Amino acid sequence: MSTDSSSLSRDDVAHLAQLSRLAVSDEELDLYASQLGVVLGAVARVQDAPTADVAPTTHAVPLTNVHRPDVVAPSLSREQALSGAPAAEDDRFRVPRILQEEA
Amino acid sequence: MSTDLTRLDVSGLRAALADGSTSAVEVAQAHLDAIAATDGALNSYLHVDGETALATAADVDRRRAAGEELGPLAGVPVALKDVVVTEGVPTTSGSKILEGWRPPYDATVAARLKAAGTVLLGKTNMDEFAMGSSTENSAYGPTRNPWDHDRIPGGSSGGSSAAVAGFLAPWSIGTDTGGSIRQPAAVTGLVGHKPTYGSVSRYGLIAFSSSLDQAGPMTRTVADAALMHEVIGGHDPRDSTSIDAPAAPFVEAARQGATGDLSGVTVGVVRELGGEGHTEGYEPGVLAAFEAGVQQLRALGAEVREVSCPSFDLALAAYYLIAPSEASSNLSRFDGVRYGLRVGDDGSHDLDEVMGLTRAQGFGPEVKRRIILGTYALSAGYYDAYYGQAQKVRTLIGGDFASAFADVDVLVSPTSPIVAFPIGQRVDDPLAMYAADLCTLPASLAGLPAISVPCGLSEGLPVGLQVMAPAMADDRCYRVAAALEAAQDAARGGTFLDQLAARS
Repeated sequence: MSTDSSSLSRDDVAHLAQLSRLAVSDEELDLYASQLGVVLGAVARVQDAPTADVAPTTHAVPLTNVHRPDVVAPSLSREQALSGAPAAEDDRFRVPRILQEEA
Repeated sequence: MSTDLTRLDVSGLRAALADGSTSAVEVAQAHLDAIAATDGALNSYLHVDGETALATAADVDRRRAAGEELGPLAGVPVALKDVVVTEGVPTTSGSKILEGWRPPYDATVAARLKAAGTVLLGKTNMDEFAMGSSTENSAYGPTRNPWDHDRIPGGSSGGSSAAVAGFLAPWSIGTDTGGSIRQPAAVTGLVGHKPTYGSVSRYGLIAFSSSLDQAGPMTRTVADAALMHEVIGGHDPRDSTSIDAPAAPFVEAARQGATGDLSGVTVGVVRELGGEGHTEGYEPGVLAAFEAGVQQLRALGAEVREVSCPSFDLALAAYYLIAPSEASSNLSRFDGVRYGLRVGDDGSHDLDEVMGLTRAQGFGPEVKRRIILGTYALSAGYYDAYYGQAQKVRTLIGGDFASAFADVDVLVSPTSPIVAFPIGQRVDDPLAMYAADLCTLPASLAGLPAISVPCGLSEGLPVGLQVMAPAMADDRCYRVAAALEAAQDAARGGTFLDQLAARS
């Protein structure tokens, strides 16, 4: 990716879109590269903060080891779980092929 | 002349239902009629199911007539933001990617309101996946502000704010990640409370940013907000971040506040949120209405002093790294496999390509921007400089709050630096849009409770005053907000929304 920490090139955006499983058009690449460059410039301000000895906060309410009793409880039936699927077959989610065919 | 049932707040509706002066069916019908008459213009609802609402209401009336025990909110209508999953009722989160989805279960918030006897009117419009401050990012068209149809109703819970301010629901559920309950409440003249993180279950809320998301009440009075919070709040074993500890009684706190005595309460005015040297981006009319509200708190006996929270200046930068980062992960579940849209499944594309095409067609521009930004902030080589650094800023902000609350009981600020802006004004400028969240972000990042209560008008449009409190001290928000509300109502000789009702 580009070395300037607060700008995103068109290629950067294309790569990130690929990582995010987003098919983007050429027009979108141009638009997002320019808009995200501006946003990135603004959010890069976090790097100015005096954080030498500061621990990160991942969660506002720190909780550890949240347990519940290991008991059987009702859950969705197979029919309910599949009810919203775009495609189902043989009581399973049907997906397109996941490997390219060899020539 | 008969009472217009849509003008009653929830306290009024409960009284009228209890003494038999109206029925749940009459109340539901009045709201459905109002929706049919005016929601074509407002676009506050994405889905209304009148038939089911009337059947639910009829059941309440039948059980009341039979002397059966009823829930505390029996027959009271409610509207839910479309981010709340509802069994058998279409739920889209404002996105095309979930168009037509009927969830097989209820969110805890929906289930608790159902168990209390409420009648679900419908699901309200919102920015897609709650990403926005104007409801213009909805895939189903913008919602309009009842005070001025050419202006935004705030966001992301803009359908919820417009429905309640527009008399199309007596109250509603919103969700708040960076201000999405408080800012829309402020710009439509409502009360909106973001509870302490963990105070209300997130089970069944379609996740945006899991360390920040929280559901809460949007109402016409502080007392109604406190009542709804008591009904939806409390521990839920289905949400591992849910707090398992008793909360102070909110309704009692609101009642105490409404007596108008704030002596012994210390209020801190946050300099970094519109104070001296920090007024850039704040409209003078907003600051004037806020200042008048602070004067009223002082007149009620509160001790008011200025407080400095220097890290708040970095809240916007930290938020727009943390929220997109969590969103980029959360939204990976929309892969066209288990629910929602699937595009390109014609045998010529493999799974990866189908996911890419599905997400390209199913998500709108702001959602795509945030996914890309979040993916960048989390990627190797950039993680420490962006996401990691934002989390450290989050610690600094929490520290500023802790220092401030060592000296004061609550902190106050304007809820939004600006009144409702014209539809279309900021839609092509993400940073200008993000600035609408300036005042609400610090409490979000620290997981603290914060309420917005109306404090006046600027250019004829509502202004909100925000009251922030320490974690689990939501009762302080309700007490101070109720005191201000009661003082303003008394001075005005009517409720805040009477001013809107008088215009139409």
